[in-house]
Amino acid sequence: MWKFIVRRLLVTFPQIVLLSILVFVMAQFMPGDALTGQVDPNVSPEIKQQIRERLGLNNPWYVQYTDWIGGAVTGDFGQSFRFKMPVTDLIEQRIYNTFWLSLVTLIFMYIIAVPLGIISGRYNDTWLDQTITGYTYLGFATPLFIFALVMLWIFGYQFGWFPTSGSVAPGLSPGSWDYVWSKFQHLLLPALSMALIGTVSTVQYLRSEIVDTKQRDFIITARAKGASESRVYNRHILRNSVLPIAAFFGWEITGLISGTIFIERIFGYPGMGALFLESVLMRDYSVVTALVLLFGVAAILGALLSDIILSIVDPRIRIK
Amino acid sequence: MSNRLLEIENLTTSFRIGDGYYAAVDNVSLTVNRNEVLGIVGESGSGKSALAFSIMRLHNRAKIEGKINLEDTDLVKASTNELNKLRGDSLSMIFQDPLTALNPLMEIGAQIGETLVLHRPQMSKKQRYDRVIELLNLVGIPRPEHVYQQYPHELSGGMRQRVVIAIAIANKPQLLIADEPTTALDVTIQAQILDLIHKLKEEMDAGIILITHDLGVVAEMADRVAVMYAGEIVEVAEVHTLFENPLHPYTRSLLNSVPTEGQDKLHVIQGIVPSLKNLPRTGCRFAARIPWIDESAHEENPVLHEVSPGHYVRCTCHSKFYFPEEGKEGEANGAS
Amino acid sequence: MALLEVRDLKVHFPIKGGILNRTVGHIKAVDGVNFSIEQGKTYGLVGESGSGKSTTGKAIIGLEQITEGQVIFNGEDITSIKNKTKDIRKDIQMIFQDPYSSLNPRKRVLDIIAEPLRNYEKLTKNEEKQRVYELLELVGLTPESIWKFPHQFSGGQRQRIGVARAIALKPKLIIADEPVSALDVSVQAQVLNFMQDIQKELGLTYLFISHDLGVVKHMCDEIAIMYRGRYVEQGTKDDIFENPQHIYTKRLIAAIPDVNPRNRDKHYVFRQEVKKEYEQAYDEYFDAEGLAFGLKDISDTHRVALPERG
Repeated sequence: MWKFIVRRLLVTFPQIVLLSILVFVMAQFMPGDALTGQVDPNVSPEIKQQIRERLGLNNPWYVQYTDWIGGAVTGDFGQSFRFKMPVTDLIEQRIYNTFWLSLVTLIFMYIIAVPLGIISGRYNDTWLDQTITGYTYLGFATPLFIFALVMLWIFGYQFGWFPTSGSVAPGLSPGSWDYVWSKFQHLLLPALSMALIGTVSTVQYLRSEIVDTKQRDFIITARAKGASESRVYNRHILRNSVLPIAAFFGWEITGLISGTIFIERIFGYPGMGALFLESVLMRDYSVVTALVLLFGVAAILGALLSDIILSIVDPRIRIK
Repeated sequence: MSNRLLEIENLTTSFRIGDGYYAAVDNVSLTVNRNEVLGIVGESGSGKSALAFSIMRLHNRAKIEGKINLEDTDLVKASTNELNKLRGDSLSMIFQDPLTALNPLMEIGAQIGETLVLHRPQMSKKQRYDRVIELLNLVGIPRPEHVYQQYPHELSGGMRQRVVIAIAIANKPQLLIADEPTTALDVTIQAQILDLIHKLKEEMDAGIILITHDLGVVAEMADRVAVMYAGEIVEVAEVHTLFENPLHPYTRSLLNSVPTEGQDKLHVIQGIVPSLKNLPRTGCRFAARIPWIDESAHEENPVLHEVSPGHYVRCTCHSKFYFPEEGKEGEANGAS
Repeated sequence: MALLEVRDLKVHFPIKGGILNRTVGHIKAVDGVNFSIEQGKTYGLVGESGSGKSTTGKAIIGLEQITEGQVIFNGEDITSIKNKTKDIRKDIQMIFQDPYSSLNPRKRVLDIIAEPLRNYEKLTKNEEKQRVYELLELVGLTPESIWKFPHQFSGGQRQRIGVARAIALKPKLIIADEPVSALDVSVQAQVLNFMQDIQKELGLTYLFISHDLGVVKHMCDEIAIMYRGRYVEQGTKDDIFENPQHIYTKRLIAAIPDVNPRNRDKHYVFRQEVKKEYEQAYDEYFDAEGLAFGLKDISDTHRVALPERG
């Protein structure tokens, strides 16, 4: 297993390097550079040229790339042109919000997917299964941003059960119970909206895994041993069906990233997704570049996590 | 005490296909005694596996009618709870394909141990472990302590089949059903597995139903043989009688299609095994495959006739049967 | 001159391992196999799973990369895949084990059988159909079959479609890899009889690969027994069955179930004796790696991998 993980890590490293080069090249194609917005528009072009020279902006691309990646590794992504503050500080505020939102969404997703998938798979082709499958088709067909808007309108505005924007009520001191509670309340509706839509593929996947596993020969062996129906499910079918879902876990991160971009925007939730959208609209390229890099790294690490989880839970991979 | 272990009476197992039910096992009656191997022979589609699954009550969506009396229990009427108590304990089964019959994510030891957990709950962990090691030794698996912790994919097909057997015999069953237990295996391993099953029969005083399409395996193992065709039993006899004096045209055709010493041309049965839906439900079901035999030779509603003690054959056509390559003068009771 | 001659054939597969996935060793699937088949004969290659018998067949037809050695067909060296000119590929065909998966389920019988014709011969639509009709008649299928799909046939019929495809180009050599293993006995008989018939009719040569000694005995003139990539014994049918010399051959033969139940006890005792002999003499008959020794002639036709001591 360790061999597998080490080998997998060795693959991850070049992936990240490649990603960073791509992001860098992309940034180079965008209009303007690090100086844009930093200096007074009245400064003469000669002086700008001098500053450029001093900042290394006229160096060949690979030198610039090394400088940039060196900064990125030490947490220096340059200055945000819109917020007039270091990108790192800007992201730092938001990253916790997004992390909590993603985590709660993930938890909701599994809380919804596991029982629905199991019921649907175990009692396949009954009306219960058809209802659940119907829900998943709806989920596939409904765009997340429309669903989120509807949720916001119904539960946020009509019923007023949830706060409609922000990540915490103003005036609460960090660390207090009320603060935590308020944070959680703000998370709830966006996380639920995202989970209800995002979970449908997991429900479907779990259902088909169970339907598939049910017909495998070793299930007949288990019945022939005299195992009761509940034991057959708990010991044999579920474990074998949940396994691919566990492995899917890391991949969900990619889905969450795209989800947060819409959700945070709609719910006015100050996270990285909202920041990304704002920065794109404001053409705040240094922030966009940093976020794309971070999102990309998260996706790559998610894939890595998936493979590692799979190697731990599946003995067939563990041995290789 | 009677020696009779299993008594099947008028068993019919039907499956739903489209709009109706079709019997894969059609009005079958059989008995199995203690310390006896009953061979069931037939080709794919003859209903032999469906019969095995009916006895184990492992069919999911089948209609089962008739009686399957295992000692005093009628398995057809038994509740799921009662069945779960019997299955894996006094009634167990060895499956055909060792590559798929084991749970890929469970250690070998746990898979064998599960049978003990279910039926011997009073056993301590240590006792259970010892018993599993004992079983692994019994089925001839080298280094049992090591194999205990291995997963199915780490073992060869022959070793996995031994594990499947160990599961089946863990609680010393009274009736053991072996469904093509060696079909997927190499000949040398087949020989070892067959010897093993033979040894177990003697030791456990169990009744064994051995289902196979391999007549050689039957000749080596069985005490009595039932031949199945199209869901029905067409002939039952003691093994020597069946091989030396086969009567039913199907039995004789099967025996002649196996390559043996000094045989130039193998016998070919005309036509194909009809599918479940297209089975002829009246008259002699084999008639269509021996068209050179006059229709009048068949019974209208063929039943099993006892031609000599313990030797039963369905339909009267056997007395008029001859192989086309022999010509009519070959018309006689004995086999070629 | 032999139709097919195989000289010191080796097929080695690399084993990948370590963190960098480098080649750390080789599996010697076929390790120095020599044989030749005369025109019109059936040569049986017998062994258990993993013996390398199928790999040998595939290497000859070019489905496996040959590591070392030579394959000479009709006097021409066809070892490297480049040298397999169209004509030679036409002359060697293969029949596969599983009639259920070796035919494309979405193609009609006409297209399945005509496929090799389309590759090698330029025929008009009508000529092509005519040839397919002839082939179907030869394999005993009705002319209407031409429009049917594989799933509409039984296992034996499907295997005959596979045979029809294999003989469409009038090949000289057919490599049959376990052609009847997946079939019921009665269907097996049908296919075996039929293979014998077309052999006479078309003067075919067979390389018959099987694990079933009973079937091999029925079909083959010469037989070779393989174990872990090497030959342990080679000879005529009588050499192998009446006078087996190698303990592995003896063990294989002893393992075949006897269809006479009267011999049961005798056969059981015999099998146990052979097993005992096998276990005792194993180290003598196989080298330190568990591989067979080189073959030694014990008669004109009979060669056995006897231990070095002579």
